[in-house]
Amino acid sequence: MTFKELTRKVLLLDLLQGLALTFRYQNPKEIYTEQYPLQRPRVAERYRGAPRLGVNAETNETLCIACDLCALACPEHLIVVTSERNPNTRRKELTTFTYDLSRCMFCGLCEDACPTDCLELTQDFELASYSREGMIWDRTTLERGPQPTKYER
Amino acid sequence: MADDTKSRTAHLDLDTPESQIETYMHRRAAPAREEETYLDANELVLNMGPQHPSTHGVLRVILKLDGEKVLGTECIIGYLHRGVEKIAENRTYTMFNPYVDRMDYVAAVSNGLGYCEAVEKLLNIEAPPRAQYIRVILAELNRLASHMLWLGTHALDIGAITPLFYTFRDREEILKIFEKYCGARLTTHAFRIGGCQYETYEGFEQDVIKFCKFVRPKIDEYETLLTTNRIWVERTRGVGVISAADAIDFGVTGPVLRASGVKWDLRKAQPYAAYKNFEFDIPIGQNGDTYDRYIVRIAEMHQSLRIIEQAVGAIPEGPIMGKVPKVMKPPVGEIYHSIEAPKGELGYFIVSDGSTQPYRVRVRPPSFVNLQALDKMVRGALVADVVAVIGTIDIVLGEVDR
Repeated sequence: MTFKELTRKVLLLDLLQGLALTFRYQNPKEIYTEQYPLQRPRVAERYRGAPRLGVNAETNETLCIACDLCALACPEHLIVVTSERNPNTRRKELTTFTYDLSRCMFCGLCEDACPTDCLELTQDFELASYSREGMIWDRTTLERGPQPTKYER
Repeated sequence: MADDTKSRTAHLDLDTPESQIETYMHRRAAPAREEETYLDANELVLNMGPQHPSTHGVLRVILKLDGEKVLGTECIIGYLHRGVEKIAENRTYTMFNPYVDRMDYVAAVSNGLGYCEAVEKLLNIEAPPRAQYIRVILAELNRLASHMLWLGTHALDIGAITPLFYTFRDREEILKIFEKYCGARLTTHAFRIGGCQYETYEGFEQDVIKFCKFVRPKIDEYETLLTTNRIWVERTRGVGVISAADAIDFGVTGPVLRASGVKWDLRKAQPYAAYKNFEFDIPIGQNGDTYDRYIVRIAEMHQSLRIIEQAVGAIPEGPIMGKVPKVMKPPVGEIYHSIEAPKGELGYFIVSDGSTQPYRVRVRPPSFVNLQALDKMVRGALVADVVAVIGTIDIVLGEVDR
């Protein structure tokens, strides 16, 4: 042991340096904690959160063409799309769309597969529900987006 | 059933004849002998886990103790088994990609990188250079994040609570970059077979450079707290020693192997992605103890920063996605591809039968293999050292059990 090491040991320099570091972070400027319900986190633009089915803003018609590609792309097979053919226009029209969020792992493969950019994973992240059934979203919920309960005093 | 247990635990009692082998199962079945009282009992079988905070998940370690001294250990794994390898057989190559993130969930990017490269090798395609650079940057950021999480939890196990807060604070910056890049923080699913799905966002380079500048002094701060801290040194130096020869025999890889003095890093030995373009050193230790593994990982964090800084300034222009067939049907054959994940060699062995789904996917996870060396490392040590050694191996149970 060199003299320098010995002095460090006797004077507890290592310990004091560590303590100095800890106390430096007592400065209120160094607070990193986010006060979640009061202070909303700003998630990134590409955040993969709650799924949403896009609608045409003017006509309020769904953008979904019921091609079933999202259901085929989903690794968990949690999307169920049903459609029926309109006899007048001879085009497939969406009837129901169910999305089982409780099994979703937010991998984003469904939104990659969507040819019309109808299905997308949005920035909404508050998806808690009191029941398992509440996690299975139907077409109306998907088009409207999640409506988290707001608790007020 | 009894025979099965015997064969699994037989390695604990190399010196005792087989008829006298006592496993935990036998001990539980047999009533305690009269003369073996609490005070002079010379052997005690103790279950550590699966709900023990220091086993980093759901690992169960059966300890055979002589007082505080560990006579032998046995790891019982499988509490987090989800059958990922079996799931792969029922998914297409693309669909299986998100599942690999869930094996080593603190280093999801590395898992995805290994899988995508393995399938690319099978398909005989290559990701474009731009994608490869992005992959390297994200994988190295992930290595930093993984080592930070390791450092925080390992120090917490040993009794230093402060580093946990600092490492998590700095890891958050990495996760923010991940979130901005691909939309997820932990299970990123950042890469696709043939390249990357997402183009870098505006300000990606600046964010990464800013992070590198931000984190360098922070790593020194961790060192201020630990490297010369007398308690830390006492708890780690000479604990859990594994020699280079033993480490190689056990198939141990990653920082655990390098701390024993073996200069083996797949990024240098079999360069993948764009690693051959970068200059970096392989830090190695000498003693193969817990302290050396700590030093090696800290040095690795600095090396990762070096790689990131080289890569981020040199991202080539061009496409991010190679020419990938829409329906992936790799030719019949098998492939083994391994990468240097933060914890060691992560390998994927994929057998293709020519259909859209793999015939078999076998994952060679680093944690699983490194965990086998636990018994070697803790024999003769004290119970408190077991906690330190489990921490130092840096296991993630999601990867051990798959």
